[in-house]
Amino acid sequence: MSARFPVTPSTGKPYWNPYLGGIMLGVVLFIAYLITGSGLGASGGMNRLLVWVQDALMPEHVDQVPYLLKMAGGELNPLKNWIVYLTIGTIAGGFASGLLSGRSHWETNKGPQIGKGTRWILAFIGGALMGYGARLARGCTSGQILSGGAVMSTGSWLMMIGVFGGAYLLAYSFRKTWN
Amino acid sequence: MTDFPLNVIASLGTGQAFFIYAVIGFAFGWVLESSGFGNSRKLAAQFYFQELTVLKVMFTAIVTAMTLVFAASGAGLLDYNLLWVPPTYIWPGIVGGFVMGVGFIIGGFCPGTSLVAAATLKVDGIFFVLGALFGIALFGETIGFYEHFFNSSFLGRITLSDSTGLTEGTLTVVIVLGAIGVFAGAEWLEERVGKIPRAQAPRWRYGAGALLILGAVLVALNGQPGSAERWERIASVEQLRLDHREVHVDPLEVLSLLHDDALRVQLLDLRGEFEFNRFHIRDARHLAGSPLPELAAELIAMPANTVFVLIGRTGDDMEQPWRALRAESVPNLYILDGGAEGWLRRFTNPSAPPVAPRLALGDRHPASDPNPRLFEGSFEPKVEMEIKRAPSGGGCG
Repeated sequence: MSARFPVTPSTGKPYWNPYLGGIMLGVVLFIAYLITGSGLGASGGMNRLLVWVQDALMPEHVDQVPYLLKMAGGELNPLKNWIVYLTIGTIAGGFASGLLSGRSHWETNKGPQIGKGTRWILAFIGGALMGYGARLARGCTSGQILSGGAVMSTGSWLMMIGVFGGAYLLAYSFRKTWN
Repeated sequence: MTDFPLNVIASLGTGQAFFIYAVIGFAFGWVLESSGFGNSRKLAAQFYFQELTVLKVMFTAIVTAMTLVFAASGAGLLDYNLLWVPPTYIWPGIVGGFVMGVGFIIGGFCPGTSLVAAATLKVDGIFFVLGALFGIALFGETIGFYEHFFNSSFLGRITLSDSTGLTEGTLTVVIVLGAIGVFAGAEWLEERVGKIPRAQAPRWRYGAGALLILGAVLVALNGQPGSAERWERIASVEQLRLDHREVHVDPLEVLSLLHDDALRVQLLDLRGEFEFNRFHIRDARHLAGSPLPELAAELIAMPANTVFVLIGRTGDDMEQPWRALRAESVPNLYILDGGAEGWLRRFTNPSAPPVAPRLALGDRHPASDPNPRLFEGSFEPKVEMEIKRAPSGGGCG
């Protein structure tokens, strides 16, 4: 059996070297700043896609909640924002890369000590916390830590401490999930 | 004038601009997936010191982009003032970040990585995306209960340079050196905990590291443009606008702007305190003594439909502040022609008794808020709204 680390894909071509991935990511981020004046992000686009669905299903409710009103109140179209297209592009880019490298197939990545069902439930709970926290912090890992970090936003660097602090603090409690 | 950032939405229209954003997103998703960020085990290994890929990719990306951004800004190619720097809200940021960290270790992804995981059919990624959407929806429903906290400890657009007093160039060098030190530590940890032999890492990383340090040092030596240099770059165009009085706006036009529902007008009164207290236009902000370059960041962050009007004694005394603020890239900046004195004369009924010179009327004088229907007249319209180049929201807006 091969070594457990670095983690390799179960099928298809190996992942890039992390330093190469980082340089490429940095160049993409720089081009985003150069052309558009803003960085990358993900949770904002997810938010607007969600609000678009909410607005289609329950427009009266959207018109009563101030936070939703700003994106979809009245005639506002939550999809008429660049971040939505960035997010759709991100999904398409991940899909294309996975497909061409042979890494795209149905599977659940988890530690050996838990079942798939447990992993799915934990993924949902973790996702909910991540989604909630990302809106509270006004940006996710990509929008704040990566993009804000690169242009030296003080708040983004402070937030980085929060994210790594939260994850490392609970890492021991959740060791069975992953190891 | 710096050419970048472009104003893609204003110059290309939403269709083509949104396509460009989608292409950037495509590259982003491609790189995330190729780096293994669609695999939750790879991400989680970060928190057990077995494999520090997350740290390496993120920090390599941060220092690469940082060096390129400040190199381009120092070379006069990119205007740092027009970039979206996420505004700082200290406590919502730290608390939100902490909740995200907890979500990260439980769920194994962050929002961006979960998207590429779901796109490559990782079932745990799909559940994470559904959870994230649930969390985002819950936030929308509950933030109303503690909005006060959400908007607390707001410091605006502050950068590490503002917080530490070091220049951007020095900080770039410090952060690049720090990152390389952290990478060395990460490789040591990986060898000890994750049993990854260090010899596996490619040798070119030393060359890349040296190149990055060299780049950062050059950025520091070149420096960032100061106010005077920024003005020189735009002087050939902007001084002509001043000379041709294209930015001196007639009081009647300002009055009509104030009553235009589609615009926000910021009246910036730069006279001394005594004169401001004696008389000012309603809702004018008194700014005497504030350092203008620091004010610029706040003004640039205002919505794109904001017009800024500088108010002095006579109007001509505002040309130097106008240059200072334009040098910092404040958009839609104008001068009230004739200044506050001219305004007072223009909108005071000639038959009314004159204001006693020692009386502090502030904005209680009728001319502070004149009724536009009582003052007819023609003027040459000068204000043309420039659409802001930087978008009004950040990556996660």
